[in-house]
Amino acid sequence: MTATEERPATEIGASRRRKEDARLITGRTRWTDNIVLPGLQHLAMVRSPFAHARITAIDTEAAKAASGVVAVITGADIADEQGALPNAWAVIPDQKAPVHPSMAVDHVAFAGEIVAMVIARTAAEANDAADLVDVDYEELEPALELKAAARDEVIAHPDLGTNVSAVWSYDSAESGTGGDVEAAIGAARDGGIVIEKEFRQQRLIPAFMEPRSIVVDPTTEQMTVWSSTQVPHFVKIFIALVLGIPESKIRVIAPDVGGGFGGKLQFTPEEVLTVIAARRTGKPCKYTETRSESLMVAHHGRDQWQQVTLAANADGTVTGLKVELIADMGAYLGLVTSAIPLLGAFMYNGIYKFPAYHLGITNVFTNKTWTDAYRGAGRPEATYAIERLMDELAARVGVDALEIRERNWIKHEEFPFSTVSGLRYDSGNYEAATAKARQLFGYDDLRAEQRKRRESGDPVQLGIGISTFTEMCGLAPSRWLGSMGYVGGGWEHAAVRMLPTGKVEVVTGTSPHGQGHETAWSQLVADRLGVAFEDVEVLHGDTQVAVRGLDTYGSRSLAVGGMAVLAAADKVIEKAKPIAAQLLEANADDLDFSGGRYGVRGTDAGMTMAELAFAVFQGHKLDGSAEACLDADATLDPDDFSFPHGTHLCAVEVDTETGATKIRSYVCVDDVGVVVNPMIVEGQVHGGLAQGIAQALFEEAVHDEGGTLVTGSFDQYLVPGAPDLPAFETARTETPATTNQLGVKGVGEAGTIASTPAVVNAIVDALRPLGVTDVQMPCTPYRVWKAIQQGAQEGAQQKEARS
Amino acid sequence: MTRITVKVDGSSFTDEVEPRTLLVLYLREQLGKTGTVVGCDTGNCGACTVHLDGRSVKSCSLLAVQADGHEITTIEGLATNGELHPMQQAFHENHALQCGYCTPGMIMQSIDLIADNPNPSDEDIRHGLEGNLCRCTGYQNIVKAVQAAAAAAPAAPAAAQHSAVGGAQ
Repeated sequence: MTATEERPATEIGASRRRKEDARLITGRTRWTDNIVLPGLQHLAMVRSPFAHARITAIDTEAAKAASGVVAVITGADIADEQGALPNAWAVIPDQKAPVHPSMAVDHVAFAGEIVAMVIARTAAEANDAADLVDVDYEELEPALELKAAARDEVIAHPDLGTNVSAVWSYDSAESGTGGDVEAAIGAARDGGIVIEKEFRQQRLIPAFMEPRSIVVDPTTEQMTVWSSTQVPHFVKIFIALVLGIPESKIRVIAPDVGGGFGGKLQFTPEEVLTVIAARRTGKPCKYTETRSESLMVAHHGRDQWQQVTLAANADGTVTGLKVELIADMGAYLGLVTSAIPLLGAFMYNGIYKFPAYHLGITNVFTNKTWTDAYRGAGRPEATYAIERLMDELAARVGVDALEIRERNWIKHEEFPFSTVSGLRYDSGNYEAATAKARQLFGYDDLRAEQRKRRESGDPVQLGIGISTFTEMCGLAPSRWLGSMGYVGGGWEHAAVRMLPTGKVEVVTGTSPHGQGHETAWSQLVADRLGVAFEDVEVLHGDTQVAVRGLDTYGSRSLAVGGMAVLAAADKVIEKAKPIAAQLLEANADDLDFSGGRYGVRGTDAGMTMAELAFAVFQGHKLDGSAEACLDADATLDPDDFSFPHGTHLCAVEVDTETGATKIRSYVCVDDVGVVVNPMIVEGQVHGGLAQGIAQALFEEAVHDEGGTLVTGSFDQYLVPGAPDLPAFETARTETPATTNQLGVKGVGEAGTIASTPAVVNAIVDALRPLGVTDVQMPCTPYRVWKAIQQGAQEGAQQKEARS
Repeated sequence: MTRITVKVDGSSFTDEVEPRTLLVLYLREQLGKTGTVVGCDTGNCGACTVHLDGRSVKSCSLLAVQADGHEITTIEGLATNGELHPMQQAFHENHALQCGYCTPGMIMQSIDLIADNPNPSDEDIRHGLEGNLCRCTGYQNIVKAVQAAAAAAPAAPAAAQHSAVGGAQ
């Protein structure tokens, strides 16, 4: 399919069409649910309808007697076998957490928690029988509202005695990275500016398009587990640790995976239970969730309240930022649930030079679906808070919102820059990205139009929203992760194998599910080894093939995994050198490697990598002085994060009579460093924008007063469709990262992190003359309309008070 | 069980099906047409879209028995003699897919869309794809792909997809 494309001068920087597409556009796909094995049995889960209850009795007799049913298993049946699901991140040493069973034994803590499972011949028979399982519950009062839960008004896990899992803080004065924030706020109250706000990060659902599915074959020597996961390597090790199966007896395969967005960065109850079902029956088992199950129980994201206080001088120079947030863990801690607020903890100062900073985090349990990573994971929350605040500050000072940012941001000549939260930003150029965005957007013309509409009292007001974001990505230096309480590392692994015919196999420990690693890694290796793009095959997602790896999340794949691929390719070139020297009868010091060929300097003599690979395969002429193998492995642990940044500008039209918001234009200029494949990068930005805009305008996971998810289908959970989104104008500046050999940063989460505050800032900007200073997300027409009414009311009251 | 006879991607099948069997499950589980996928239970996402007698339908919202006597085309039946359908090619060329899970349905719906409206505006395309959700692309490159396919095959109606493939490039 690439025959029509001309060969680019270098692969890096070329918009290669994706190799992955060939199977995806023809239906030749390998989704987990496609897998059928001889004797395959199907599972159905019985789930609690109550958010908080005790299980008093379970009658499985009718279900067991139903046609096709092989077994019905309750929590009591596997209480000694199922172990506990892991949390991999203790944010403080004495973090509190309830035991997290895959199947509830006697206590259910959220609606949707599994209480029994049916194993049957067909999926239909399993589902039919699941309806026959009769569970008696004693309902308990659920802890649902986050602030009340933080006050321990109702306890989500009575045995735990409190809902507070952990309290964590960072203080720039204590850490020696800045001043005392209380002093800054105190000083600002006297003649300066103090802005106090409360922001709500609503609960979101990752809503990947492929529902999760697991197939387990216990009949192979290594039990084979196919799972629709972002993290096959995690799944392998946790099956071993949780179920006591030797790790060497487990093979995990993530075949084609239909999106993840953090939602498949998890080790799930369904994975454990499918393994147990297969192990108990000795037959292959499959579990595929329905969409409503997926929305209800696959982990949710965000869900925080943020109390923020910004102190500034009268001219708008920020002097301090204080943040106190409470984060909803939901009912249990998943893999990194506890650390999501922490991943944003160092980003509240954004691109700015703040002299003082304090952040307090309180992690709280409720009787709702557990939360965990969702695209951006902590950083969207931080970016939202600071970018909303900068707009409010501009309004208070009475200057343009871009101007207030420029007064506070780190100038390009000030990099590397040590921030008030203790990070070292290696590079960036906020001026360049902003200048480009401003010009593409037609900023001055839009401001002029806005003035006109305000003056004429147009019922449709124009708002301009700004977000000048940065993020930390490329998870992560292992030393940093260890120091923060994470049990794992952040390295990545790769192997490059030279095949006798000159083709190349690249094995990566990353686990793509839409990101196009097969294409981008081929480009990396084609350039480095001087082989054709088409001759590189990228293998991933099978622990028998990609033996070592830490998978895909946190915008880490290229900056960590891609650099591991390059390191392995470099080793191949090094290993080939003495062999080339011997075969060319030259001194190794006289060899140059260029264009995929070792040449003897000053002569025409030389050998290509393909010729060397074949010579090594034959071995006939090798004298044994060098290992007769060109293949190489490399493990790479990054030195530091990378810090993409960008300027996003959003224009909205808000109908002040109906509260309806329409995005009129959206321009973003992202700086993600050196780009391997611009087409893929642009696609990542588009998709990221869509999800960030969706948080601003559409999506919210809503529970009723009993704790039941009412947004349990795509009828109610409003993933935007094509008519809901505008056409985006994207562009880039390119400031190379200095923390990896290619200068790349991450891009997977950038659009999501940046766009949410741009949209809300635009809405507030449109309505500020009407007395509106905030709208809670998602900014539905009703909420916007209500904010307008409230603004008018407050305006009238103020007027009255003055007269 | 009810006996049905359907033609799927050019081949005829006569099968006994449970009356409650959804068309998408019949395609996937009895015929092995796993290129067509299930994305939701509610007819919202469109991942399961196929053509029934040349028009797009959501195969999760039809029973297999309703397809009795009809002709179905799935994503697996679009390419002929190794030649991609112009819409498949356009999705590839324009990076209109990432994870690819919505792609079969999106392509089938897009073909139907330009059969109805051979010269759609971007707005027409967005509204024509309203019933198909994509979580990866933000739709921008999908719109671009449909425009490209419309431009490449201005006279190719969806019902004649098989004959349109050869001449469109």
